Amino acid sequence: MLTDQQRRSRGPQELAEIARDLRIAMLKMLHKAGSGHTGSSLSCIDIITALYFSEMRHYPFDAEWTGRDRFVLSKGHAAPALYVALQRAGYISEQTLDQLRQLESVLQGHPDSRRCPGVEASTGSLGQGLSVAHGMALALRDHPEQPRVYALLGDGELQEGQIWEAAMSAAHYHSANLCAIVDHNGLQIDGVVAEIMSVEPVDEKFRAFGWHALTIDGHDFAQILQALEAAQNCTDRPTAIVAKTIKGKGVSFCENSVAWHGKAPNAAELSAALAELTGSRGE
Amino acid sequence: MSSRILSTRAEYGQTLVRLGERSRDIVVLDADLSGSTCTNAFAKRFPERFFNMGISEQDMICTAAGMSLAGKIPFASSFAIFATGRCWEQIRNAVALPGCNVNIVATHGGVTVGKDGASHQALEDVAIMRAIPTMTVIVPCDAVETRKAIEAAAWYDGPVYIRLTRENLPVIYDEASPFRIGVGSIVRAGDDLTIFAVGLMLHIAREAADLLQREGISARIANVSTLKPIDASLVASCAEETGCAVTAEEHNITGGLGDAVGEVLLKTHPVPMERVAVNDAFGRSGDPKDLLRYFDLTPEAIVQASKRAIERKHALAARAKDRKHATPA
Ligand SMILES: Cc1ncc(C[n+]2csc(CCOP(=O)(O)OP(=O)(O)O)c2C)c(N)n1
Ligand SMILES: [Mg+2]
Repeated sequence: MLTDQQRRSRGPQELAEIARDLRIAMLKMLHKAGSGHTGSSLSCIDIITALYFSEMRHYPFDAEWTGRDRFVLSKGHAAPALYVALQRAGYISEQTLDQLRQLESVLQGHPDSRRCPGVEASTGSLGQGLSVAHGMALALRDHPEQPRVYALLGDGELQEGQIWEAAMSAAHYHSANLCAIVDHNGLQIDGVVAEIMSVEPVDEKFRAFGWHALTIDGHDFAQILQALEAAQNCTDRPTAIVAKTIKGKGVSFCENSVAWHGKAPNAAELSAALAELTGSRGE
Repeated sequence: MSSRILSTRAEYGQTLVRLGERSRDIVVLDADLSGSTCTNAFAKRFPERFFNMGISEQDMICTAAGMSLAGKIPFASSFAIFATGRCWEQIRNAVALPGCNVNIVATHGGVTVGKDGASHQALEDVAIMRAIPTMTVIVPCDAVETRKAIEAAAWYDGPVYIRLTRENLPVIYDEASPFRIGVGSIVRAGDDLTIFAVGLMLHIAREAADLLQREGISARIANVSTLKPIDASLVASCAEETGCAVTAEEHNITGGLGDAVGEVLLKTHPVPMERVAVNDAFGRSGDPKDLLRYFDLTPEAIVQASKRAIERKHALAARAKDRKHATPA
């Protein structure tokens, strides 16, 4: 078990290694399940890695500790990325990963907080997670441990009006313990976000709503950590981190592909993907 | 009868194209699921009359309402959970209350959505749509009936909700089969009970009727695909002629087909009735077939329910006979 200090001292290099391991575990899991959102999960797995393995205070052996930081996967279809992080952190066993999307499994197609240890909110219906996260932030604002709440949103998800209702209320309540991270990969199901229904300019929109907003490269761990620190240091308003990402990141044939939004790799695709990921490790 | 198995949502997309060719007033809206709902067929053919609203179902519904107020015939689509649940109040107040001619065609109803799990499996959509005054609710059982229902909805003046499945379904109707909103049909003759079924469960009911027949029980099957306004005279006459009823639906037990049929029976012919539906639960991830089994939406479950209904019918008859023969004290 790591101390808070050890966890926080993990550098970009170490986090990148964890993220690569998680990508490998996740692709195997998705292949076994035969369905699931590969591109959407690869897109945000670096952000989730930075949160669970550096930024957030959380203790899997004391998962219900009220002072813990919370994470809400508002884009619930990226559940596989969350599940492998929860497994590595110690919330669920390795064998559990073999049961993704099965009838009696805690790993449902979309996160189920009543069933899966470590899942803070049930999601899957887009647009709701930021409100739920803000509710947590409001409930926790006087907690002596000053827990923080993180919500991960899709860029297509920003089309839901409720996101902007939550953006308004979080600014109104000066909820500085709330941090929204937008997985800005430029794609949604039907195609390119800018063509389906543009959400630009994202950072300026959040700023106009009264948020502290910054834009980063969502696959650069140094930038992710820096942005999370900037969010912590902003004490009068919520922070939105607009993370420029690549949908399918890390597997060449999944990258920037609409087709890979919601499908799992077959055997050949899995071995090609694993070759790429382990190759980059120099094995 | 043919044994073709066809996608009802693909049929929806094709029907939209044909409707679009017939009338310039047909417009189609979707919320980032046009590949799954198959409205992309229309988008390809008539890009200027297709509006992808992005992931914003509430905006989509009210936009459709506005289009209808300006003379268009809108079809708005998404998954059943999002097309009804996310924007229920918009449907009630912006569409139905002013009497807008908006057609909401939702795909992915029920548990057979499969592995995406509970958040994506609408089991309440029929109930909440039925609860809205003036709303027409249709659950077709095959591609032919889907096409006819979509066409009927297009020319029908008023709000319509049509629920389709993700799964492909066997085709039981042919071109000559009539379809009218509010008119049900008997798809199998029988005298011992009537199984009222819609959508995917109509096919499960047909399997159940085969099983029952092997045990000497003759089950009538009635398709009441228009759940609202339901074909009350068909429901009543079936109840009168067969003396008991079973309902079968891929929906929660509250507010759907069971209640729609039950309401008619209570008023006309209160005969014993049993319901096959999801027993007040949320869905979950799994293969569609496994999920149907898990939630007891099987031919066997319908057989059991049928036997219970028949037993109750016989018990009632026996009691009535006893009363008749009892000599007054
Ligand atoms: C309310 C709602 N409407 C529709 C869907 C279906 N859906 C699942 S993922 C998705 C696209 C999401 O795009 P984006 O937010 O950009 O996420 P990405 O996968 O690109 O990270 C849609 C429309 C949903 N889950 N919830
Ligand atoms: Mg996206």
